[in-house]
Amino acid sequence: MTLSASNAAAVERDAAAPLLKVENLAVEFGPVEKPLRVVDGVGFSIPAGGALGIVGESGSGKSITSLAIMGLIPSPPGRIVSGRVEFEGVDLLGLPRSRMPDIRGRDIAMIFQEPMSSLNPVMTIGDQIGEAIKLHEETTREERRARVIELLKLVGMPDPAKRIGAFPHQFSGGMRQRVMIAMAVACNPRLLIADEPTTALDVTIQAQVLELMKEVRRRLNTAVLLISHDLGVVADIADRVVVMYAGRVVEDGDVRAIFKRPGHPYTRGLLQSVPRLDDDRRRLYQIPGAVPLPGTVKAGCPFYARCPDRIDKCAKAMPPMFTLAPGQSAACWVSAGATS
Amino acid sequence: MSTMDEEIRLDAPQELAAAPSKLMVVRETLLQRPATIFATIAVVVFILVAVFAPVLAPYDPLTQSVLNINKSPSPEHWLGTDQFGRDVLSRMIYGSRNSLLFGLISPVLAAFIGTTLGVVAGYFGGVVDRVISRLIDLLLAFPELLLAIMIAAALGGGFWNIIAVITIAFTPGFARVARASTLAVKQESYVEAGVAVGLNTPLLIFRHIVPNIAAPIVVLMTLWVASAIRLEASLSFLGIGTQPPNPSWGNIIRDGLNNLFGSPWPIVAAGLAITCVVLAFNVFGDALRDVLDPETRQ
Repeated sequence: MTLSASNAAAVERDAAAPLLKVENLAVEFGPVEKPLRVVDGVGFSIPAGGALGIVGESGSGKSITSLAIMGLIPSPPGRIVSGRVEFEGVDLLGLPRSRMPDIRGRDIAMIFQEPMSSLNPVMTIGDQIGEAIKLHEETTREERRARVIELLKLVGMPDPAKRIGAFPHQFSGGMRQRVMIAMAVACNPRLLIADEPTTALDVTIQAQVLELMKEVRRRLNTAVLLISHDLGVVADIADRVVVMYAGRVVEDGDVRAIFKRPGHPYTRGLLQSVPRLDDDRRRLYQIPGAVPLPGTVKAGCPFYARCPDRIDKCAKAMPPMFTLAPGQSAACWVSAGATS
Repeated sequence: MSTMDEEIRLDAPQELAAAPSKLMVVRETLLQRPATIFATIAVVVFILVAVFAPVLAPYDPLTQSVLNINKSPSPEHWLGTDQFGRDVLSRMIYGSRNSLLFGLISPVLAAFIGTTLGVVAGYFGGVVDRVISRLIDLLLAFPELLLAIMIAAALGGGFWNIIAVITIAFTPGFARVARASTLAVKQESYVEAGVAVGLNTPLLIFRHIVPNIAAPIVVLMTLWVASAIRLEASLSFLGIGTQPPNPSWGNIIRDGLNNLFGSPWPIVAAGLAITCVVLAFNVFGDALRDVLDPETRQ
């Protein structure tokens, strides 16, 4: 893959108004008097046709962030307490609820984590893929059928004209994920949110699905927001990475920069945790401890308790995002001190 | 289920070989097991008998004859006569009209009302759920028969009143099943995926929730076709169902019980008929469930 070329293109696109811009997003769960802040001050942007990866452990708030963009936070108990989600200049959070169904599926589409349960068992896959088209566009049945076959071809379904009337249980996990992708891109959305699209698949299928996502992105020029805990997956698809920890963005930068010199100790920890074939370590690296439960970090850096590089200052004040290099910033007192 | 039919039409005609049509699937599933074939034939025969009662019945079911009281079966009267000399076969044939009408209309109505209530309660939850659920609990507190007797006593007899009675008695059961199934289906990620595709709430309910809870509802409906016939029989037996001299299988049994030693044939015939219909509808219901579930179809 030509990383440098796509990065240069990404930088160019960044100059223009971004397709999606999330600013200072905060999501709380639980009772209003005693809220648990699950996402806190998250911000990032994706240019049209760009690809951003959000990385983090379970419980870091990455899925909630994506649901917030789609307006799918279950409410109650959840609510978005602050922030803006600007899509093509329009604040989605300010839109009336009744407008969101028009945007979902047409402008922003989503691929879910569980291909086994994300398809309706009593509907044929043809109908499910056609559903989005039927909702958002004026088409005849024949046009829809042709489009669905086209889409199935795009996602590499063998013999699409025959499979159109098949039910989900007749497909393997990988094939279902292909159907999910066909569903998501049915209306040529400008943004595709993929929440752990390969987690439930075995490794060989993972590679195929990732390849397919890249292919779809190239052909339809769809921007991708990829959510994953797998750095390898993110490196494969995204050109920018946002690392989240305990509901906050702790690092943000180009894929290459972040993999080469991670600015935040948490990112370093994540990178070291990835098992490698050429590994001569006896044990795999693990970051000691676990993600703090929402609401347990009162002051200071949320990573303080697990950080190998911590200093006293970290316990007292939450570090802001420091720019470490052009296009790379991290929320860490130590890294900022070390580089400045 | 009408939504499902609509769904199917999307991909239907061109490629029959590739995607079997709904009709073919139904036919194949129904013809798979001998028991299902028998049950289907029985259901069809019972319905045909009810429809063509005036053609099939050899005598007027209401004509009494003093000379022919309590006759045993004979070439003239295949099932004998009752204590008023009426032909039992003719009364059975005409009685099937009442029994089957109650048996079919009430469960369908109850399924419709109950499913609507249950899905609304299950999907929206909160206050709506609490109000509907408590109302349902209230109705469930009474046994079906007792509830039916109470309502019948308040409304009086008559065809539509009895339909209403049985419908009200059966609604809570459907609502319960629909609510529970909706709660389970609501959690499925394809419902969330439906939202993500841009479906609004009514479409979401009709596309993704109702078709997925249809199987238990349909099974319940066919089970209760049988129960409705039985309930109508019980009501008639107690004197608040079909009013004499009009025949229904229920009041044929009631009349026959008073005259058990005069002639046992009315009771035997009506009892057998009810048993057969109940059995046939139950087996038919099982088959219908298999048709509705694409995974068991293969």
